Amino acid sequence: MADHPRVTAPSRRRRVRLAGFGFSTPWIIGFLLFMAGPIFVSLYYSFTEFNLFQPPKWVGLENYAALFGDPKFLRSIVNTAVFAIIGVPLGLVLALLVALSLNFPVRGQPLYRAIVYLPAIVPVVTATYLWRWVFNAQYGYLNVLLGHLGLPQPNWLVDPFWTRPSVIIITLWGIGGTAVIYLAALQQVPQQLYEAAAVDGANAWHRFRYVTWPTLTPVTLFQLIMGMIAALQIFAPTFLLTQDRNNAASGGPGDTLLSYTMYLFQNAFVFLRMGQAAAMAWILFLVIGALTVLILLSSRRWVHYGSE
Amino acid sequence: MAVNSLIRPETPTPLPPISRRRPRRRYLGRKIGHHLILILICSAFLVPFAVMITTAFKTPQDIFRVPPKLLPDRWVLSNFSAAVRSMPFLRYLANTVFLVVLNVLGTMISCPLVAYSLAKLRWRGRNVVFGTVLSTMMLPSQVTFIPLYLLWDRIGAVGTFWPLIIPAFFGHPFYIFLLRQFFMGVPDSLREAGLLDGASELRIYLQVILPQAKAALATVAIFQFVATWTDFLLPLIYLNTQSNYTLSIGLYNFFGEHGVAWGPLMAACLIFTLPAVVIFMVAQRYFVQGIAVTGMK
Repeated sequence: MADHPRVTAPSRRRRVRLAGFGFSTPWIIGFLLFMAGPIFVSLYYSFTEFNLFQPPKWVGLENYAALFGDPKFLRSIVNTAVFAIIGVPLGLVLALLVALSLNFPVRGQPLYRAIVYLPAIVPVVTATYLWRWVFNAQYGYLNVLLGHLGLPQPNWLVDPFWTRPSVIIITLWGIGGTAVIYLAALQQVPQQLYEAAAVDGANAWHRFRYVTWPTLTPVTLFQLIMGMIAALQIFAPTFLLTQDRNNAASGGPGDTLLSYTMYLFQNAFVFLRMGQAAAMAWILFLVIGALTVLILLSSRRWVHYGSE
Repeated sequence: MAVNSLIRPETPTPLPPISRRRPRRRYLGRKIGHHLILILICSAFLVPFAVMITTAFKTPQDIFRVPPKLLPDRWVLSNFSAAVRSMPFLRYLANTVFLVVLNVLGTMISCPLVAYSLAKLRWRGRNVVFGTVLSTMMLPSQVTFIPLYLLWDRIGAVGTFWPLIIPAFFGHPFYIFLLRQFFMGVPDSLREAGLLDGASELRIYLQVILPQAKAALATVAIFQFVATWTDFLLPLIYLNTQSNYTLSIGLYNFFGEHGVAWGPLMAACLIFTLPAVVIFMVAQRYFVQGIAVTGMK
């Protein structure tokens, strides 16, 4: 490397352009091949009747019409809505409470934080099988604990009323990730604000309501959107809770555990109705997009961006 | 954009010192109260773990005891030998490790390269390409998985490991985004010094930039490790013979015609969970960093 070739400005710029594009080609190819292409192909499939073995046959909007007359489809929407409307806000509130506790100025915070986060890295298969055992009405440990506390001991995975709460409990066990994000945000609340509030004689609730909460709203917005997207796509916990060798199309007691994506999966790989499954995927895609926009629009009313 | 407002790469400010003025006794009482609340919360998260661990060491009599007890009367190891012997456990383990290694490798090759070109190199179309990264971060996989399945099916790859390996070599939007945010903070002077030495862009990237990014790379590698190790949906769709099952789909073997072998199942779950937990313990710093930066779980 003794000689330093003199590079003129224009050729250097060209070189940078080439390198920049070149370095990005893996993503560009992957994006076209594994994302953009399949999105449009699945839109096309959603207008066809297609069972994998014969070529797709154009049927217009028939798949969409058939879905809205299908009780199982409507059932799966209700179930998924329960997970999203009850599970997600509940998860956010609990994660915030956990984060506020983790933020106590005590020794051992890293240990407490690690314990809270631990369930979030447990494989979903393990977590769900474990809960299937913990929920077991006869031999499970949860009902023992509830008994000690004098609470009712439901037949979690058998009673159609309690199956969906069971799924929500499993997802709540994994809120450590959200709590850690809230904790990081809490540690960035400017301390001067608390001091100013103390001078004004604010009590603990006022400090939370007027100092802490406003600075947490951007994080909450982000978590709300991510949580909602995840809840609408929930698959593994409901699938694993109802997994049955003899019935590939199981949906739990009264189909209460048939989540939207589970029914999509069954349509595609059990009933081989690829067209209907693609239509379900597109409905989900549009609903997620619309809800994201709605939440973002509503955020103008409740999200505060600091003057940083 | 909401995502950007969350990105504050600097480390969180340390906790404020506790005021010394407070009367000592009240201060102590409050401290104990804080610990009690935290211990209560942590036990709620830990009890299911405790059930998994103790069940794995229980005899069948202890497992099916009514009313159930948390601790076994007799601790036994038989569930572990049963778990390993009753199914091709080691085969599933080897398959899982194989997929993890190749996925981490693919991610490490593709993601930092793309991220660097999006952060530090000026080229036409860069903003458009970055836009595709941002917009696919939240793309529901359901929209693509049927055409992708048919694509892999067409080339005869369903039932092989390829559909679970190849995409990693083309980059993952979340990791590209995370690494791009990191590279944005690397000073331009490093690259310029390399240019003055006459090094090629690829050489600058490999020898000057990448060594700067060790912590960010570790974060991404760990996230990819855990994601592949715990993945369920893709193995379920693509792996259809017992010989290429991963642990996540192989565990269903414990659900028999006449009931579930809970002892061996919990032992297998424990073995399956342990590597993820160990990685987490060893590399906790990177986890917390990664979560705080991207809001990823």
